[in-house]
Amino acid sequence: MRNRRVALWVAAATGYAFLYVPLVIVIVYSFNDSRLNAEWVGFTLDWYDKLFHNEEMLTAAANSLFIALIASAVATVLGTMAGMAMYRYKTRLLPVLVLTPIAIPEILMGVSLLIFFVMINFTLGIFSVALAHIAFCIGFVAIVVRARLSGMDESLIEAARDCGASSWQTFRYITLPLIMPGVIAGALMAFTLSIDDFVITFFTAGAGTVTLPLQIYSMIKIAVTPEVNAVSTLLMLLTLALIIIASRLTPTLLRSE
Amino acid sequence: MTARSTKLGKWLVSGPPLAYLVVFFAIPTLIMVLASFRTPGDFGGLAPLVEDGRLDLNLESYARFFTDAVYAQIFLKSVGYALVTTLCCLALAYPLAALVAGSAKRHRDFLLLLVILPFWSNFLIRIYAWMIILGPNAALARTVNGALRWFGHEPVPLLFSSFAVLVCLVYVHLPFMVLPLYANLEKHDRALLDAAQDLGANAWQRFWRITFPLSLPGVYAGAALVFIPALGIFAIPDILGGPGDSLIGNVIKQQFLETRDWPFGSVLSIVLTVAALLLAGLAAWIGRRNLGAEPVRA
Amino acid sequence: MALLEIQNVTRRFGGFTAVDQVNLSIDAGEFFTLLGPSGCGKTTLLRMIAGFDLPDGGSIRLEGADLADLPPERRPVRTVFQSYALFPHMNVEKNIAFPLRMAKTESGEIARKVEAALEDVRLTGFGKRFPHELSGGQKQRVAIGRALVTHPRVLLLDEPLAALDAKLREEMQIELINLQKEVGITFVYVTHDQTEALALSHRIAVMNAGRVEQVDTPSRIYSFPQSRFVADFIGTCNLLDGPVTACADGTVSVDVGGLGAVLVREHGANAGSSGSIALRPEKIRIAAPAAEIASANRFRGHVTDLLYLGDVTVYKVSTTGGAKLEALMANSSAGTTRFFEVGDDVSLSWPADAGHFIGA
Repeated sequence: MRNRRVALWVAAATGYAFLYVPLVIVIVYSFNDSRLNAEWVGFTLDWYDKLFHNEEMLTAAANSLFIALIASAVATVLGTMAGMAMYRYKTRLLPVLVLTPIAIPEILMGVSLLIFFVMINFTLGIFSVALAHIAFCIGFVAIVVRARLSGMDESLIEAARDCGASSWQTFRYITLPLIMPGVIAGALMAFTLSIDDFVITFFTAGAGTVTLPLQIYSMIKIAVTPEVNAVSTLLMLLTLALIIIASRLTPTLLRSE
Repeated sequence: MTARSTKLGKWLVSGPPLAYLVVFFAIPTLIMVLASFRTPGDFGGLAPLVEDGRLDLNLESYARFFTDAVYAQIFLKSVGYALVTTLCCLALAYPLAALVAGSAKRHRDFLLLLVILPFWSNFLIRIYAWMIILGPNAALARTVNGALRWFGHEPVPLLFSSFAVLVCLVYVHLPFMVLPLYANLEKHDRALLDAAQDLGANAWQRFWRITFPLSLPGVYAGAALVFIPALGIFAIPDILGGPGDSLIGNVIKQQFLETRDWPFGSVLSIVLTVAALLLAGLAAWIGRRNLGAEPVRA
Repeated sequence: MALLEIQNVTRRFGGFTAVDQVNLSIDAGEFFTLLGPSGCGKTTLLRMIAGFDLPDGGSIRLEGADLADLPPERRPVRTVFQSYALFPHMNVEKNIAFPLRMAKTESGEIARKVEAALEDVRLTGFGKRFPHELSGGQKQRVAIGRALVTHPRVLLLDEPLAALDAKLREEMQIELINLQKEVGITFVYVTHDQTEALALSHRIAVMNAGRVEQVDTPSRIYSFPQSRFVADFIGTCNLLDGPVTACADGTVSVDVGGLGAVLVREHGANAGSSGSIALRPEKIRIAAPAAEIASANRFRGHVTDLLYLGDVTVYKVSTTGGAKLEALMANSSAGTTRFFEVGDDVSLSWPADAGHFIGA
């Protein structure tokens, strides 16, 4: 009995190690005083310094943030509406449109949006990326909001209407406050997904626009320096913070439903 | 609650997201389908739809896909990679999911969070991390090649190889296999295993005859969540792969951004989409069929 | 004219008829109960009065006006939900104030009315507490307070005491009766618990499979059930079935299988027709076989089972003819725990007016 338990722990520990060691290496080498990501030489913050003086990098970061803000704002509103519609009404088309972007490989959306934007002569740039991000973020927000709604006591809605509240008043005073943690969690998720997105952005950004992931990509392909490690570390910290906040707000998000 | 106000409410709430997704998802997809029947433009992209008053639609790009064996091969290779990835993910994810599901309640959320966190780091960072680990000057490569040299073997490049691609594919998709498996295993009734033990089953038998069959819905869900995205991946072979590691995703990217033969690229995308949707449908169907066998605690 | 008129109301779900041509007239100030087993349609009917469901046929009128065009938020009808449905993110005061806010009441007035409502339900001082800090009984009272604060014409209660334990339920029942008397509002109460219905109501409508079987005061429902279902559903009842063999002077003789001729007071039943005699166990006198009792109905048998319930004992008796009857006897003699044991020979007797005849 004990041997099996130990074996399970060892296997799981290996799994966790497999998941984390690569990331730890990236972080550690961001402080490495060496151009090569080969072995540890000494501690330095040079790469972070270079990072903050790298014009391209800063522009890319600014673009990413801007896009993420727009995309998460719009996706949250639309996603909340979609989540409510999917929960309350028996629509058939909406769930398909909302959930398919999440189910299919990302490259398909990227490619079809590329053709679409070019066909309608929409300049590829920050806004085309934002529009693309909104399309796949809606699904994530909708799922979170719907889950939150299904955990809510149905009779509260009826009680509100019984007390004289119209549909809008019921939504504003009862439903929205109760699903708000889910809405915020969805917004944070959308923000993170937008900042981190590579594939769809790759196809819809066009020639002149760079986001953080695209910048990282070109650095990886062309000239790898530990600046990549530095920006990766910072990005990981940001994402970590956002996800922890989001998981605090929706405790059931990570549990099995 | 009049019938009319409910209808109005329904359109008010579902209207905007529906409209947005029709414009930015459904229509582009349809346009891509249409593009697969069109001719490539002279400078890349698409030729005009109406040429001399006639609709310029043809099946040339489809013909090319079905006649030129190269593309079928690449497609099959992608399927193969996705399959191997799924199986490796399953092997690694199962112990992890089992451990988390078997832990005390108060530990579970934390352990689960630990599994999911790496997923939230940037996709490229995770690929980049493996570039470092598998790099020629890194510890791993030197150890392995040192050992190989000792046996009189040629040094093997770990990076820019199929091995690198597969390792990274597994790495990136692992959380997707863990989550559904965990969700399923967590619901298993411990009493079933006790009963089996009482009836004389040993540990392996209990796993193979009780736990594993009951976990199949989770296995299928996880397999779908890994296989379908893995099918369309391009960044991993692009960064970590060697020249022979092009997958269907890479070819699509190449067609759209380099060769600029958009109709052909659309054909490839449609084949990929159809495959993905069929598999997703299959997974959903299997999932529904297995609902009757849910081992939920009373 | 009655306050609430339910006329020919029908509600179907697919092929299943939940409410079937129900007609009810509820008066102002009444405590009216819809009683029946699960699935009999009582909750569906209640929801239609509240407006959460619309009838497929028939109409519901309040003071003559058809309610069909009014959505729930505009009907002068308030519901106390089975789960209380207290808004978890609002404290008690805000919960009770909510309907007043929806009615756009001025804020000073809101404060006064909330205070008054808290007094009515005896929860003064609890205003700042949140629902999760309250006990079941307290939540119950907040729900009632919230429903009454706008003085609706009708208060609907959907099995409100179902979640409480027995002792608390009894206390709340008395409180509900007193509250209803104080505020004078019409209560429409739904329950499957017949003792509760008998205790609380001015009148009861017994429902079964979507139809109303009988509408009457509690004592009449208990003593004069008009159908076998009602007789069986309310309390325990011996049902003696058989054809009428003779009738004279307001007394009818029914030939009951396993017993023989049983006399019961009844006008208007003809010889040859069939029916059942509903006989309550407490109306049967159980005595030693030798006891001298002059009674219209007297039969011998032996005790097959007994159930000691503390204050009373239920005796299941098998008569010489083979009929199975249940008799109830109070254990009022101090010190004596049982009068009869299993296997004892006994005599059962009851007068002609102890039973109630139900025509087939």
